[in-house]
Amino acid sequence: MSTDAPSKSDVEIGDYKYGFHDSTDFYAFKSRKGLDAEIVSQISGMKKEPPWMREFRLKSLEIFESRPMPNWGGDMSDLKFDNIYYYMKAASEQGKSWDDVPEDIRRTYDRLGIPEAEKKYLAGVKAQYESEVVYGSLRQDLARQGVIFTDTDSALQQHPELFREYFGTVIPPGDNKFAALNSAVWSGGSFIYVPKGVKIDFPLQAYFRINSQNMGQFERTLIIVDEGASVHYVEGCTAPTYSSDSLHSAVVEIIVKRGARCRYTTIQNWSNNVYNLVTKRAMAYGDSLMEWIDGNLGSRLTMKYPAIWLMEPGARGETLSIAFAGKGQHQDAGAKMVHCAPNTSSRIISKSISRSGGRSSYRGLVKVQKDAINCRSNVVCDALILDPASRSDTYPYIEVEEQNVAIEHEASVSKIAEEQLFYLMSRGLTEAEASAMIVTGFVEPLVRELPMEYAVELNRLIELQMEGSVG
Amino acid sequence: MTSLLRISDLHVSVGETPILRGVNMEIRQGEVHALMGPNGSGKSTLAYALAGHPNYTVTEGSIEIDGVNVTEMEADARARLGMFLAFQYPVVIPGVKVADFLRHAVSNIRNPDRREGEGLIGMREFRKEIRDRMTELGMDQEFARRYLNDGFSGGEKKRMEILQLAMLQPRFAILDETDSGLDSDAVRVVSEGLARLSGPQMGVLIITHHERLLEFNTPQFVHVMLGGRIVETGSSTLAHELHANGYADIRARHPAAAAQNSTAEATPV
Repeated sequence: MSTDAPSKSDVEIGDYKYGFHDSTDFYAFKSRKGLDAEIVSQISGMKKEPPWMREFRLKSLEIFESRPMPNWGGDMSDLKFDNIYYYMKAASEQGKSWDDVPEDIRRTYDRLGIPEAEKKYLAGVKAQYESEVVYGSLRQDLARQGVIFTDTDSALQQHPELFREYFGTVIPPGDNKFAALNSAVWSGGSFIYVPKGVKIDFPLQAYFRINSQNMGQFERTLIIVDEGASVHYVEGCTAPTYSSDSLHSAVVEIIVKRGARCRYTTIQNWSNNVYNLVTKRAMAYGDSLMEWIDGNLGSRLTMKYPAIWLMEPGARGETLSIAFAGKGQHQDAGAKMVHCAPNTSSRIISKSISRSGGRSSYRGLVKVQKDAINCRSNVVCDALILDPASRSDTYPYIEVEEQNVAIEHEASVSKIAEEQLFYLMSRGLTEAEASAMIVTGFVEPLVRELPMEYAVELNRLIELQMEGSVG
Repeated sequence: MTSLLRISDLHVSVGETPILRGVNMEIRQGEVHALMGPNGSGKSTLAYALAGHPNYTVTEGSIEIDGVNVTEMEADARARLGMFLAFQYPVVIPGVKVADFLRHAVSNIRNPDRREGEGLIGMREFRKEIRDRMTELGMDQEFARRYLNDGFSGGEKKRMEILQLAMLQPRFAILDETDSGLDSDAVRVVSEGLARLSGPQMGVLIITHHERLLEFNTPQFVHVMLGGRIVETGSSTLAHELHANGYADIRARHPAAAAQNSTAEATPV
């Protein structure tokens, strides 16, 4: 094995094979670099927001400025907040139909295969291009059932009362520095409301892209699943590669009411220069089920710990996460489960792969509050390290304030898997094919939970990463 | 033309430790050879060295297939030239389905010039073939959908090796203690399976402590290894003698080799 030696055709995780970018000349509006109250007010003004949202943003900016940078997780010393555009508008109006979408953007989406995917079985494709949603559609029967699936800016305008009731209640601006930043400058993202008893039996999907140098993306997603309802939301990201740093800091808030179910699936594949600092949290009420399925490829640094607060008895939470760290990448990912009520249960399955000097960390918290008796939690962490230059760490935090609970934690680290490689190679598979097969098998428990086209794409990405990576 | 596997003066070390000290052997297609010997004599080391395990370093001598020196080749290149090792300890590959793995392997072996990413053999013909082979080996069709060796019993793992042998149809098959850990019924199934598969197109090297696997696969040559060398070669009657008397006589006849015989059994490192 000589996997630590770079070869001429070395393909890095995050070098998205279909990477490309379009001209950025068509921007209708671009804020100046940096962040202050004037820019925040300008963003709110451009969006014609109500005064309460402008106040919310300005207050959040104060919180952001008052908080120190986190001194844990990954290295953010190269992150310069003054060197980022906080708001860009790609097209002046939101596209009403496919034909209204500007040619430049449409070409990009054609290459991503979005319309084709839509034709197949997607209900609504909402595509975020830069900070603004330019194209979105929703199947008629969903609308008739009262389902709202729109971009978050439109939701603020069109459903002001519903919006204000829930916005910022799961993740308040004071939660952490990056949640405050997002609260100050958020733009785009998805808003979903599923009324009582409505079960959506196909995944709602959104595609995200970053397409401009030094450009931050601050989506804000809010999902409300009313009593007895269910939804599966899928979000995938691809990004072209750029030379200078880019910041992505999203906030996702989810409310899963009594007896409801929500599954949120993300596959993120940022370019190697992106800082991906995301706050995701769900509140799960009585007898509900919340599931995060979270795949992290690419980026320079990802810090992401999807959380579930189990608020009432019978609530269940599950997180299935996978991280793939290649050269120059640090995936600091994990999950948080907070048991606030008796008879709640949670499960965390985390898998990470490190290669070519990449670093992956599992950072997780299981917390059981006082009086939350009869809680169960099961945590399984598996790490696969493909070469000696790469690294994997596990930081499991368990805080239990109650006696009568069952908490299990298992962690395993597999090195290089040399015997597996030899076994497969002795059957005629090349080293690259054998590596890809081992990695594909390792992530299979996650991949089988994905919608078909994501599963195919993820497996194809893994094959591409492995080809030419050895030798 | 009958293919020939030629092992010449083979010296193999694991790390700094020399294990094989000059092994010579010639196996032709259609021949059945048995390799016997006490624990630590180097039998498994020879098997791994032939298959191309990277931790088994050839320090002297060579391995040739039809005059092509394969000593420096990676395991996959040797497999494409017709080498096959049925593992004593088959490796678990979680999440990889038997059928997916085997379709890939069969595609590479039957089309040695196939490049990475090129098409695999047709799904329909592959399915039929694997179904037929599993039926012949008395295997449940469910095997094809299971993860490779994951949660398999000892007998299931060995049968899995024989299924791979059946699908890959190598020119030279090395069976490393395929009978170990099996009850007598399981040994008979494996033994009969091997007998059906081997024929004029396959040269077989059966590494065993016991006679049972040889029952349906009568060897023309029986080699005895001691201290990293082949110290005696004979007919199948030699296997009977060893089975009846053990290795005491062999050790007495070859004291130098006996002194060099390691006490530890070779396991994958």
